[in-house]
Amino acid sequence: MSQNTCRTAAGGRIDRSRLVNFTFDGKAFTGHVGDTLASALLANGVHLVGRSFKYHRPRGLLAAGVEEPNALVAVVRDTARRTPNLRATQVELYEGLVAESQNRWPSLQFDVGAVNDLLSPLFPAGFYYKTFMWPRKAWHQVFEPVVREAAGLGKPPTEPDPDTYAQRFAHCDVLVVGAGPAGIAAALAASAKGASVLLCDEQPEFGGSLLDEPNAQVNDHPAAEWLKASLATLRGRANVTLLSRTTCFGYFAHNMLSLNERLTEHQATPMTGVPRERLWQVRAKEVVLATGAIERPLVFPGNDRPGVMLASAARTFLNRYGVKVGSRVVLVAGCDAAYLAAFELRAAGVKIERIADIRPAPGEAVHAAALSAGIAVSTGVTVLGTFGWLRVTGITLAHLADDGSVQDRETLDCDAVLMSGGYTPTVHLFSQSRGKLRFDEAQQVFVPGNSVERERSAGACCGTDGLRATLEEGSQAGTSAAEAAGKAGSAEGYHVQLLEGSMVGTPGVLPQPGNIPPSKAFVDFQNDVTSKDLALAMREGFESVEHIKRYTTNGMATDQGKTSNMNSLGFVSAEKGVALPKAGLTTFRMPYTPITFGIFAGYDRGDLFDPVRPTPTHAWAVANGAVFEDVGLWKRSRYFPRAGENMHAAVDRECLAVRNSVGLFDASTLGKIEVVGPDAATFLNRLYVNNFNTLAEGKCRYGILTREDGFVYDDGVIARLAEDRFHVTTTTGGAPRVLHMMEDYLQTEWPDLQVWLTSTTEQWSVIAVQGPKAREVIAPLVNGLDVSNAALPHMSMVRGMLGDIPMLLMRVSFTGELGYEINVPAGHGQRAWEMVWAAGLAYGMTPYGTETMHVLRAEKGYVIVGQETDGTVTPDDAGLGWAVAKSKPDFVGKRSLARPALVAKGRKQLVGLLTAEPKTVLEEGAQIAAVPEQPVPMKLIGHVTSSYHSAVLGRSIALALVADGRALMGQTVYIPMPGGAIAAQVVAPVFYDTEGAKLHV
Amino acid sequence: MLVIHCPYCGPRPELEFRHCGQAHIARPLDPSAQTADEWGEYLYLRENPKGMHAERWRHMHGCGRFFNALRDTTTDFFVTTYKCGEPRPAVSGTAPAGGQR
Repeated sequence: MSQNTCRTAAGGRIDRSRLVNFTFDGKAFTGHVGDTLASALLANGVHLVGRSFKYHRPRGLLAAGVEEPNALVAVVRDTARRTPNLRATQVELYEGLVAESQNRWPSLQFDVGAVNDLLSPLFPAGFYYKTFMWPRKAWHQVFEPVVREAAGLGKPPTEPDPDTYAQRFAHCDVLVVGAGPAGIAAALAASAKGASVLLCDEQPEFGGSLLDEPNAQVNDHPAAEWLKASLATLRGRANVTLLSRTTCFGYFAHNMLSLNERLTEHQATPMTGVPRERLWQVRAKEVVLATGAIERPLVFPGNDRPGVMLASAARTFLNRYGVKVGSRVVLVAGCDAAYLAAFELRAAGVKIERIADIRPAPGEAVHAAALSAGIAVSTGVTVLGTFGWLRVTGITLAHLADDGSVQDRETLDCDAVLMSGGYTPTVHLFSQSRGKLRFDEAQQVFVPGNSVERERSAGACCGTDGLRATLEEGSQAGTSAAEAAGKAGSAEGYHVQLLEGSMVGTPGVLPQPGNIPPSKAFVDFQNDVTSKDLALAMREGFESVEHIKRYTTNGMATDQGKTSNMNSLGFVSAEKGVALPKAGLTTFRMPYTPITFGIFAGYDRGDLFDPVRPTPTHAWAVANGAVFEDVGLWKRSRYFPRAGENMHAAVDRECLAVRNSVGLFDASTLGKIEVVGPDAATFLNRLYVNNFNTLAEGKCRYGILTREDGFVYDDGVIARLAEDRFHVTTTTGGAPRVLHMMEDYLQTEWPDLQVWLTSTTEQWSVIAVQGPKAREVIAPLVNGLDVSNAALPHMSMVRGMLGDIPMLLMRVSFTGELGYEINVPAGHGQRAWEMVWAAGLAYGMTPYGTETMHVLRAEKGYVIVGQETDGTVTPDDAGLGWAVAKSKPDFVGKRSLARPALVAKGRKQLVGLLTAEPKTVLEEGAQIAAVPEQPVPMKLIGHVTSSYHSAVLGRSIALALVADGRALMGQTVYIPMPGGAIAAQVVAPVFYDTEGAKLHV
Repeated sequence: MLVIHCPYCGPRPELEFRHCGQAHIARPLDPSAQTADEWGEYLYLRENPKGMHAERWRHMHGCGRFFNALRDTTTDFFVTTYKCGEPRPAVSGTAPAGGQR
């Protein structure tokens, strides 16, 4: 208690019976339950809380709330829970709280970086753009590391965030943002007749400015009692949700608003089983914005010294926390409302050295009240400067004559300077909603104009002055919102007794002798932007406020211009000699205050980051040592290494097993679409380049799908299960887009066709048995089904039973070997696989993965859509012209295939490449040139699409797209690489079993 | 996040939908009769109006149906949605405050 030298004897909303211990920069302090870190530090006489961003000037608390730009601190629970850049004014004190100041070294009291302040003439606006230009090489080695070290605010935690963050959606009739007098009145009125209402406020306690008004009477009761009763009423209504410690930080289309609820930040020991923070995504039928107003600092030399603060902040610290911000105070007033700070501090025993009003004529009521309280008031003054380094010690006031000369200069000793330039409505959310702001000439501020969303503003955020008007406007807004949402409301009248002063002031910079913009007169405290910087930017030709903002960094970053925006506009408009609204307005970006990444990630972390699609045989593959690769969301077996094998060795072994005996492959990830209906054949005929009318029941055909522009979109085997039923397979990655394209044509171009499309990708498990021994493996398993070459030739299918499991058996091959694909219901997949596996052991059956699959198909020149094709490849380019049914009058893409550019000479065609040196495996994607030695840029004629070592051929093979490639057979081309050009011969793209004899055994 | 009225399911969040380009561009009945220029225009030329735009949407993660919509590109708000095959509604002016809800 003894430390709290600046605490009043009584009053405030803190719990004086409960002490709280905390440390700031390692030094122990005490405060009370209900304190913020800021109020507790002030109670201990600590004003110095931070160093400024650029000049490292000592900084104190400017404000008492969300707008605080200086007192950015880190709160440290452990190495993983270190939250930087918190405003000390919003950090609730808890037992054992550890806070650290930022942007200083070695200490807050003595900061080496403060040399920047002496060197400040060297750091004008645009400093970074002007410096570091030369020598060019120095950027990476010298400048960038230094700039990076100096840049940024705060230090992030060094370990992953161990906490959980929740996300939820909510719907309501009326969302009220801000629980000050306007918001509470709005919530009361809106919820009276049953409309569902959500009321949120960023502070731990509801009440807003009412918490700072100890002398107000609302409806003949002290404001505190009215507040208590009103909140009790709201809590008693089942249709009302109250969210404190909840910042509404973003306003999106159609009344979708994002709220950040902080659940455990204020707890000494965060409650377990509770998320640290929660993201609310609220869809409100109607919105009431009651976001209040923020007091503007005055811009004069030395307005940033510790101890210089907003008048409203002094009131908050006094009335809410029982803290006196100084013992000898000078108030520099730019509006009547500021006077209340002087009256209340004086009543608390603080000496008010002077009220220095920058206006020639203050409001009569407050002026008279000051004089009758015995406070000296001077009017029409300006501030020439302040004194003090770690704390303000004095202020120089003067009158300026019309010619700019100084008169009546006087210096007052003081330990705190309060300032007020009037209030700026908080229109961030309104602006985010794309509502149009209107400049209010009388109040010299921007207020909400035309709405775009279904919202209305009430209270100080739309420039409304006075508690009664604020309450009644809130009540009316709540009523109209409930009615607009189709419910009823209940507007009330209020009567209020309170000495009030207007919040209207004039934005801009205080005049200085000779009308020279003063240095060290800060407009943006957080970004260290002075009026001199703004003037310089304008001199250098930056006209638009958006450009000035970016050049000087005024109003950027986490602050978003809360205290600086209007003053900079006032200054710019005055310098340009135009009316303030003509100066323009910068955009208010979300979030309103910094939001932790945690709530955006929410539950989507670690295993839950992305869904995983395992195939039905995944467990078997895991047990048998598969190395997996991600294909889309699928986990596919890439290869099955044996002990001591690397991928290369495993793939060689798997390839040879398939070529010489039999291999087993899980092809379940192939997309599958069942196309059913009387017009199914017609439909496929119109879509695919092939002819499907002629496909007999029980037969399969390799189909190619082009887009309307004629380029290959997908491919796959299509089996005709029945007259009116096709089993269409697609590439693994292409299934959703193929189904989408099919639906598009079916629904919008050919709605007359009787066709139904069903995705069956996950219904079938597909087991590929490939190799010369494949028939011998499966024959004993299929209950006597005739699987001979005569009964089931290549590209045919039959229904049958694999043991007791129903199957579709297709004789198809993506390896060039005798092959079957056994389709069984996915639930039976692993059992069917194990059945085949057991039967194959006698034949040396080998499981293989996607890597081997790629090599085997490349040996046969089978294309992979997306590897050999890239969206600019026609079927003919890919060597698949044979599949195109030219006799069909039309199919999707047919007309395009006849376009001049698609039949012109010089198109890239699929060819094979054999390197002169058989061991050299080309790089996929490598470029191809006809002539090896060329000046850069070379004339390039194609690129390598696939390249592997082929075990069965004992050499490398590659597929490539080469301009007029089919005319270059036998010729040598060159693949330029860093080590020199690699020579390769152009060959046909089929390397193994060129006649296809092995398919038909 | 916009609320989009599926003509079949009613108002749903934007996340459930997929934009599918400009509406009312019918595939020529006989593409082979099209000149190269006509076909090129059908394939590639699209409007980019400032103001009311008729466009195709699909309720991808809902009923799966395609439908058409009028959207004011200056406000991003939908004015109306309608089923495929229905003519473009005659709408003048701009989207109402808050758009179609």
